[in-house]
Amino acid sequence: MAYPEPLKERFRRGLEEIRAAGLYKQERILHGPQDVRVEVEFPAGELPRPVINLCANNYLGLSSHPRVLAAARAGLEARGYGMSSVRFICGTQDLHRRLEERLTGFLGTEDTLLFPSCMDANAGVFEALFGEQDVLIADRLVHASIVDGMRLAKAQTDTYKHSDMGHLEEKLAEHLDKRARVVVTDGVFSMDGDLAKLDEIVALAEKYDALVFVDDSHATGFIGARGRGTHEAKGVLGRVDLLTTTLGKALGGASGGCVSGRSELVETCRQRARPYLFSNSVPPVIVAAALEVLDLIEESTARRDRLEENTRLWRRLLVEAGFDVKPGESPIVPIMLYNARLAQDFARDLFEEGVFVVGFFFPVVPKGQARIRTQVSAGHERAHLERALEAFVAVGRRHGVLGLGKREIVERFGA
Amino acid sequence: MDDLERAILDYVRREYLEEDDDRQVGLETPLITGGIVDSFSMVSLKRFLERKNDIEIPDAEATPAAFDSVRSIAALVRRVAARRVPV
Repeated sequence: MAYPEPLKERFRRGLEEIRAAGLYKQERILHGPQDVRVEVEFPAGELPRPVINLCANNYLGLSSHPRVLAAARAGLEARGYGMSSVRFICGTQDLHRRLEERLTGFLGTEDTLLFPSCMDANAGVFEALFGEQDVLIADRLVHASIVDGMRLAKAQTDTYKHSDMGHLEEKLAEHLDKRARVVVTDGVFSMDGDLAKLDEIVALAEKYDALVFVDDSHATGFIGARGRGTHEAKGVLGRVDLLTTTLGKALGGASGGCVSGRSELVETCRQRARPYLFSNSVPPVIVAAALEVLDLIEESTARRDRLEENTRLWRRLLVEAGFDVKPGESPIVPIMLYNARLAQDFARDLFEEGVFVVGFFFPVVPKGQARIRTQVSAGHERAHLERALEAFVAVGRRHGVLGLGKREIVERFGA
Repeated sequence: MDDLERAILDYVRREYLEEDDDRQVGLETPLITGGIVDSFSMVSLKRFLERKNDIEIPDAEATPAAFDSVRSIAALVRRVAARRVPV
């Protein structure tokens, strides 16, 4: 037998350990399209219930926009369902090249290469471009996909404390003997919602002759006055050397990602990045819809402006109600609870009250930093946010955390 | 605590704890399994030990287990330093 009992037992035990540690992930099942209000079956087998969605990456509310759906249908009819090929064999259509050119213009770079996801872009980019004589110096809170990409590369690695420019400068000076230095950061940090200090990072990189890499997945389409991303918000458009981002969040939310930046670097990825070389092309239906999303974003900033207003409102409501909210300006608004069990109970109780959020705790965030991460959308109406706040206040009162800071919450619930 | 352990402990606190980090780090605190030092950050610790003690720690010995507490790191440094051939 190829699947012997001891092996089976090993995996059974592993799953039990995950359950015992309170880390078992259960999928919440949506009965309908992604939106700011959704019908969710949870736990599996229960009747679906209507809830306000505060945990989607649907920042611009475009996941189910009628124009996006129409463009996807038209793309399906005109270019078919699947490519049945990787890009470099027979999987590149005119649409793929058109989307890459549009993204290049939108992001203010020199060239762009599509990947099946941003996870794949991050998995491929470092290994393709950097070797043993180079060093990748990453912010300690970069996304897990960057960590994985760095592990796959042969380059040396180092880290600096989150957004600590003094520490970054120390590291850049320490690695002056390397062939290339690459500062690696998220644009908007996915768990804290703060923006990287890209203006300062670029200045340091120029001083120490280093490249700058930014994953702008939680920024593309809405951060910056025209939604170009963190580099626009921080006034360094054209000065970031490598940028990865996703079509799976604000840009329609289906899937697909890209590497964008200096033309030689992007072209080298086209030649050498393994997830590009060995996985299928982004399906035409997604490419056609993404082109329409870019049209929508470039026609008007109304959606990103609305998102900014919603974010300000949501932050203000939470702070006034007495929650410990991590400061920031992005639509990722974390409510700090510090204790993992409390974060889980809080999310469960909010669901009962009709609000869909998820609690995050170690190892997704550092130990003692458990939280509820909320994500605002341009699709939220003021009434959605006010209704969600009522639920937060009711649950906050139940757990006795309103008006408490970190010290008091930790004293009461433990870290 | 001897001088070597103190120097390592100081470095760990300075390099890995954020300003608002109120975690206590002592000689036996689990660094890797405790989530204070990750595998990338371990590289800077290794480089610090090598520079400060004028040694080269073989990659095979720079394991997460050996780097999991200040005490075990100090023991590793002593082992490697003891093998050093005078030139």
